[in-house]
Amino acid sequence: MERLSFDLACPGAPAPRAPPVVVGVVASGNLEVLVEPGAAPGTCRVEVATSARGFREIWSAVLDDFAGRHALSGLAVSVNDAGATPAVVSLRLDQAVEEYLGGAR
Amino acid sequence: MSDRGIRARHSYREATARRRLAGLLDEGSFRELLGPEHRVTSPHLAALDLPAAFDDGVVVGAGLLLGEPVLAASQEGSFMGGGVGEVHGAKLVGLLERAVRERPRGVLLLLDTGGVRLQEANAGLVAVSEVMRAVLAARAARVPVVALVGGGFGCFGGMGIAARLCDAVAMSEEGRLGITGPDVLETTKGVEELDASDRALVWRTYGGKHRYLLGEADRLLEDDLEAFRTAAAELLRVSARPLDLEELEREHRQLGRRLAEFGGAADASEVWRAAGVERPEALPLLEAPEFLRAVAGARRGGR
Repeated sequence: MERLSFDLACPGAPAPRAPPVVVGVVASGNLEVLVEPGAAPGTCRVEVATSARGFREIWSAVLDDFAGRHALSGLAVSVNDAGATPAVVSLRLDQAVEEYLGGAR
Repeated sequence: MSDRGIRARHSYREATARRRLAGLLDEGSFRELLGPEHRVTSPHLAALDLPAAFDDGVVVGAGLLLGEPVLAASQEGSFMGGGVGEVHGAKLVGLLERAVRERPRGVLLLLDTGGVRLQEANAGLVAVSEVMRAVLAARAARVPVVALVGGGFGCFGGMGIAARLCDAVAMSEEGRLGITGPDVLETTKGVEELDASDRALVWRTYGGKHRYLLGEADRLLEDDLEAFRTAAAELLRVSARPLDLEELEREHRQLGRRLAEFGGAADASEVWRAAGVERPEALPLLEAPEFLRAVAGARRGGR
């Protein structure tokens, strides 16, 4: 297991507050993503627990892309990962944020 | 064209634990207790440096079923095979204890589990036995408990026993119910006893149809969330199974008759033939409604 933390710079208005959302399942090649309010405005805090060690740079690149696609200011994202590929991680992150924002409407 | 051909079916088996609850209960009524944001995760998995799940693989909470208040738990089989660890078990027990206090219309247990989570060793074993006790305590308080078995991981080990301690069990053909699962049986007794790679044999032996015919499952359903929803509501309305010595003795007599009747059978299909099913070899191929017609006179026990 490796634990990684990222503070993504997220300019723009804070994301709306909504009930926490979890998507995905911690199963081989899959991950769960929990999105909730919590980080300071202007940032998005991401905490990753992953069974695959040594992939910090890849996580960093995937999360930077993620922050480029969504307005994440003020959100906290927590991930439990069981060896998902970057493509699966990106899809789950998008799914989680879309469900979270859907709950804010 | 019939309505059934037009209506979209949503697979129970393919749905996640959360999706199953959302589809089973009245729309938007489910309120989770101790949800993932509370991060009550397994201390044992952390000690072993294994990935945790924020809900420890089980979703518990309250909702409405056809307008009536129920408590419900749903196991996520994809997380560690639905294994019951200390926290996972404590969430199930807490829900059942809440039922004794709050007296909802019933408790629904959506079971999808290989049984005890072996990584948690004795803590997991204790958890499963506490679940069994809590099911009986809820029934003793006259809160009906209904088990639903239709997930991809079946319902095995101590949780197979827990399912049969409930007032009623509803299964799909795809669901499997047993104590010792096929792989464990093959490992301990040899491939001559049971070839775990023979999927048809495994489903004949553990699957919903066989369990229904033996009276261990009270309903045999299609793999359809709406069918599970309807059956759950109906089984909560059926009067609860008595929890007394008389009922226990009746069940023991039934088991004795089963052994006398089918003890010599080497395969479930021989059981079906001996029970009076006309074309037992055709049973695995039948859709639920045709199956129910085909075994109507051959079923042993059940409601």
